[in-house]
Amino acid sequence: MLTGMVLGLLIAATITMFGMYRGTITDALSLPSTSGADIWVVQENTLGPYAEASSLYADECRGLAGFPGVAEVSNLINFSRQVQRGDDDVRVTIVGYEDGKMGQPINIIAGRTIIKSKYEAVADIRSGFKVGDKIQIKGDDYTIVGLTELMVSSAGDPALFIRLKDAQEVQFKKDNTSIYSDRNRNNATDNNEISKYKTNAILVKVAPGWDVNQVAANIKQWKHFEAYTYPEMENLLLSKIIDKAAKQLAIFLVILQTVSAAIVALLIYTMTMGKLKEIAVLKLIGASNHLITMMILQEAWGIGVIGYMIGLVVSILWVPIFPRHVAYSTDIRVLSFVLTMGICSLASIISIRAAMKVEPAAAIGG
Amino acid sequence: MKSAIIMEGIKKRYGKGATAVDALQGVDMAVYSGEVIGLIGASGSGKTTLLQCIGAIIDPTAGRIELGGEVIFDNRWLIKDVRKLRRDKIGFMFQAPYLIPFLTNIENVALPMLLAGQPYEQARLRAMELLTTLDIAGKAEFKAYQLSGGQAQRVSIARALANNPPVILADEPTAPLDGHRSLAVISLLNELAQQYGTAIIVVTHDEVVIPTFKRIYRIRDGLVNEEKGEGRSICN
Repeated sequence: MLTGMVLGLLIAATITMFGMYRGTITDALSLPSTSGADIWVVQENTLGPYAEASSLYADECRGLAGFPGVAEVSNLINFSRQVQRGDDDVRVTIVGYEDGKMGQPINIIAGRTIIKSKYEAVADIRSGFKVGDKIQIKGDDYTIVGLTELMVSSAGDPALFIRLKDAQEVQFKKDNTSIYSDRNRNNATDNNEISKYKTNAILVKVAPGWDVNQVAANIKQWKHFEAYTYPEMENLLLSKIIDKAAKQLAIFLVILQTVSAAIVALLIYTMTMGKLKEIAVLKLIGASNHLITMMILQEAWGIGVIGYMIGLVVSILWVPIFPRHVAYSTDIRVLSFVLTMGICSLASIISIRAAMKVEPAAAIGG
Repeated sequence: MKSAIIMEGIKKRYGKGATAVDALQGVDMAVYSGEVIGLIGASGSGKTTLLQCIGAIIDPTAGRIELGGEVIFDNRWLIKDVRKLRRDKIGFMFQAPYLIPFLTNIENVALPMLLAGQPYEQARLRAMELLTTLDIAGKAEFKAYQLSGGQAQRVSIARALANNPPVILADEPTAPLDGHRSLAVISLLNELAQQYGTAIIVVTHDEVVIPTFKRIYRIRDGLVNEEKGEGRSICN
């Protein structure tokens, strides 16, 4: 039982690590995959709204709307910022979207979506905000009217959805101190008006029957934009943004599995070494090598099942305290179980080899 | 009396050339059905080697063995499956019971019968019958590790009798027991030998039990001498 508990804690760590690895990937893709866009049009030579700063004029939208193969367009603002709630500040990814168009919050689990034209927000539940909370962004008060689930950035920051115009002001509008400072430096242009013309990306929905790749290629040729299709955006996020974090988790996962295998092998080997006389007796009374092999394997599988059950319960208990999303799906549980049993089987090989070498003669004599 | 096992000229040589050791140098002995004999000798005299030869665990270098009227070895094994021979024709008892700890006592006793291919229910019935004979039926469903030393040894006797073998080889079965319990085990083996017609060869150093044997084979330097034992009766 103690053996099972030790293994259980290792398995709990493994399952959680699996969940963290999967969570990192699903987090990175949560905003693009729920935006409803087929193509992201961003500033030339940038990696788009989720990976790099991108700035383009919002009225490019109109030109793109009339482009062949384009069914729908929508401006999108996406950037990270600290927001104030009382004395606390929380890092969020602000997503500014146009009402009724692509990029709006989905997975609303409490409250409602934004209906007023200004100063309402929908936050992801991981922000810790509640419906009715007042938060402050760049000096303006916003009311949280709804909560979403699993809407986070690639860095794991919870999304905070606000209207596009609000987001444009937060990102581009200069405060009085900046304007005063610019004027003193003879940069007299009042750029506040420009705030309403800027956006980070234009989301494009391709009309049915049109080839997404072809439409994206045409947009790139038409103006000096970057146009990423969903597979390109997915590849960009996974291979450039979360690549190192995911690899780090994957390597640690492999190390954890190797350590688990070594510990299980040692446990089973020690248990087998303690039963060499019994194994010799079994051989003496006619037990076949196959039977002895199966007995050792069953013992290993028994330890594996007990360890897995303990690991499952422990991981269920401690997953909620993790600050980032731990994707704890059924397939991860099944995969962990299969891996555990596989490791236990592999770990038995040394013990089985030792048992096969035991001679029946060892049962007789001192 | 019907002979259970007859051995003629059994030799066993370990190694080759200058380092060869003749552990047995031509052993002749006969044991009859229903008797318990003692096999005694100093350490290194060849007791264990002889037991292993009788038990078809190692191959004698030369000689002839007849088991239950069938010649099984004549300078070579005359039977194909030595493991089957051990399983069906020879029962074993050891210095410690060596029961399988995660099996119940009835399962431990049924195991040799199951390995011999007997149906499960039939094996359990026979196992329970043996445990009843050995007065330990009340512990049938206990795990082996839940028994005292004496109880576990009785379960191991039941296991040795499971396939009703003509010969039981007992390797110092009283070694872990005190004098009173040692005599009780020997008394039990005598009763069982007569009840089941089994020949029991007991290898022992135990000065308490040696006087109880009617016949003794003393082994010295790989040769045996038959001696008449005291055959002292055991008061329970």
